[in-house]
Amino acid sequence: MSAKLDRLKKVLRIVVGARLRTLIEDRGELTAEVAAADYFEVARILRDHADLKFEQLIDLTGLDYSTHADAARARGKRFATVLHLLSYAHNWRLRLRTFAEDNAFPVLNSICELWPAANWYEREAFDLLGIVYRGHEDLRRILTDYGFEGHPLRKDFPVSGYVEMRYDAEAGRVLYQPVTIEPRENTPRIVREASYGGSAHG
Amino acid sequence: MAETEIRNYTLNFGPQHPAAHGVLRMVLELDGEVVERVDPHIGLLHRGTEKLAEARTWVQSVPYMDRLDYVSMMCNEHAYCLAVEKLLGVDVPERAQYIRVMMDEVTRILNHLMGIGSHAFDIGAMTMILYTFREREDLMDVYEAVSGARLHSAYYRPGGVYRDLPETMPKYQPNRFKNEKTVAKLNEAREGSLLDFLADFTNRFPKCCDDYETLLTENRIWKQRTVGVGVVSPERALALGFTGPMLRGSNIAWDLRKKQPYEVYDRVDFDIPVGKNGDCYDRYLVRMAEMRQSNEIIRQCIAWLREHPGPVITDNLKVAPPKREKMKAGMEELIHHFKLFSEGIHVPPGEVYAAIEHPKGEFGVYAVSDGANKPYRIKLRAPGFAHMAAMDELARGHMLADVTALMGTLDLVFGDVDR
Repeated sequence: MSAKLDRLKKVLRIVVGARLRTLIEDRGELTAEVAAADYFEVARILRDHADLKFEQLIDLTGLDYSTHADAARARGKRFATVLHLLSYAHNWRLRLRTFAEDNAFPVLNSICELWPAANWYEREAFDLLGIVYRGHEDLRRILTDYGFEGHPLRKDFPVSGYVEMRYDAEAGRVLYQPVTIEPRENTPRIVREASYGGSAHG
Repeated sequence: MAETEIRNYTLNFGPQHPAAHGVLRMVLELDGEVVERVDPHIGLLHRGTEKLAEARTWVQSVPYMDRLDYVSMMCNEHAYCLAVEKLLGVDVPERAQYIRVMMDEVTRILNHLMGIGSHAFDIGAMTMILYTFREREDLMDVYEAVSGARLHSAYYRPGGVYRDLPETMPKYQPNRFKNEKTVAKLNEAREGSLLDFLADFTNRFPKCCDDYETLLTENRIWKQRTVGVGVVSPERALALGFTGPMLRGSNIAWDLRKKQPYEVYDRVDFDIPVGKNGDCYDRYLVRMAEMRQSNEIIRQCIAWLREHPGPVITDNLKVAPPKREKMKAGMEELIHHFKLFSEGIHVPPGEVYAAIEHPKGEFGVYAVSDGANKPYRIKLRAPGFAHMAAMDELARGHMLADVTALMGTLDLVFGDVDR
């Protein structure tokens, strides 16, 4: 498998060249990072170039790096879109990450034109993270409720949300009201230092 | 003669419709009886699994995976556990790998029985669902015997499976509806271990498949409803992100179990069935053939598992809990047990994508860790989501009644479309 990854790495270096910001191999997977300006063009090359041939967009998702322990990696940028591509001809996978330039209003080019499958994935990323895809024809919310406000997968959005819904017998209809759940955390989130617990203790 | 004006009209399908396989609302734009446009409104079953996973430790999210695609529970867990194991770099004992493969194939049969049964039921062949649910019942008993739960099993854990296969099967008891004689007959296959019960099932199952095929494969009504409906070309299937039987129905021999083998799939022998025309009928045939293949895989796994006892979960105490007796007697084990169940596993920073050949297609888990005891981000790549997205393209130009046939062939479960 690793010989194959080396070959893919080599092809990427030649074909995509300077537009690759980083190319990392980790746990048998390859992650490429490109600038937002090059995103669409690189995606097109990945799909069309005979030595790459990523025919299928397996997955497209967004990430919010604002509370990541290793935030320095994101270089102050908050939102990224991550593509998982699969080539049937060569049987290899690639992860492509692009950070949106603006943290307050993240915008990236839409890749629906290249892979029609991106349509709903981009709608989902827009819905859950608020990333706007320029050129998307139908960028509506998809998973959340009609009239929902906010983007739930952003790190500053509480798990319990802001509104709750109940049936009101007097009004004879469903009502929205502010949440009444007390926020609680059963297990705190902890990042330990690398030597914690010591593997020597097995 | 006065000119009559014909207008398109809009029809609301669902959210509560028996053929919607759960909660789906579709806004159909019709020209007479011909579908012009479909706008599926999904998300009515959205429970925010990805957000919830960020607030829980790695192990606590395993049961949430059962609730995604709630007709192929263990496969969802499998992808999640693979992702965590890949991040941790933990090895899974060989016996656990075989158990996982066997249970995955049991799950595949469960899923396809449900898929084909309800597909046929939706377009008028009511007997099918009664037949398939009869066999599903036996496999549900297998689920119950290994994990204690019929549906939401939480059986796979990072590092292996929760416990070894049981030596006994639960038995029927006589009651006022079933006398001793009936019960004795029902319990015939249940006298031995779980593997004996499953071996008996694999002997019976090909005959059951033959029964389904006599009902459907050459059935004129079934063919009229499915042949040539929802045709997808191979190129289009790739562009639309189709995976699994939806892709193989369009004549692309792609199966992750063969092409990117995980666990011990490279050591079992099976074929990849493919369709030719990419219509609903071919996809039905693919699913039918896959069940027979799964049956063979189960048989091979049973033979291996009978010969090779051993551990079923890793002995790495940072990942899996220690044995109960050891925990009661040893300080070291007690500490590990406590830390594991209070704080959880610490997963080294990094990101992985683990995919398996789920009965519906490629089910992937993209897990990002920043080194904490909880995931930083979990993205679940559900096959049904991509298939549902293609509904508009598939249904255009078809009759209203074909929408139901298409819903059936997509094999949708809203637990995994909406997450």
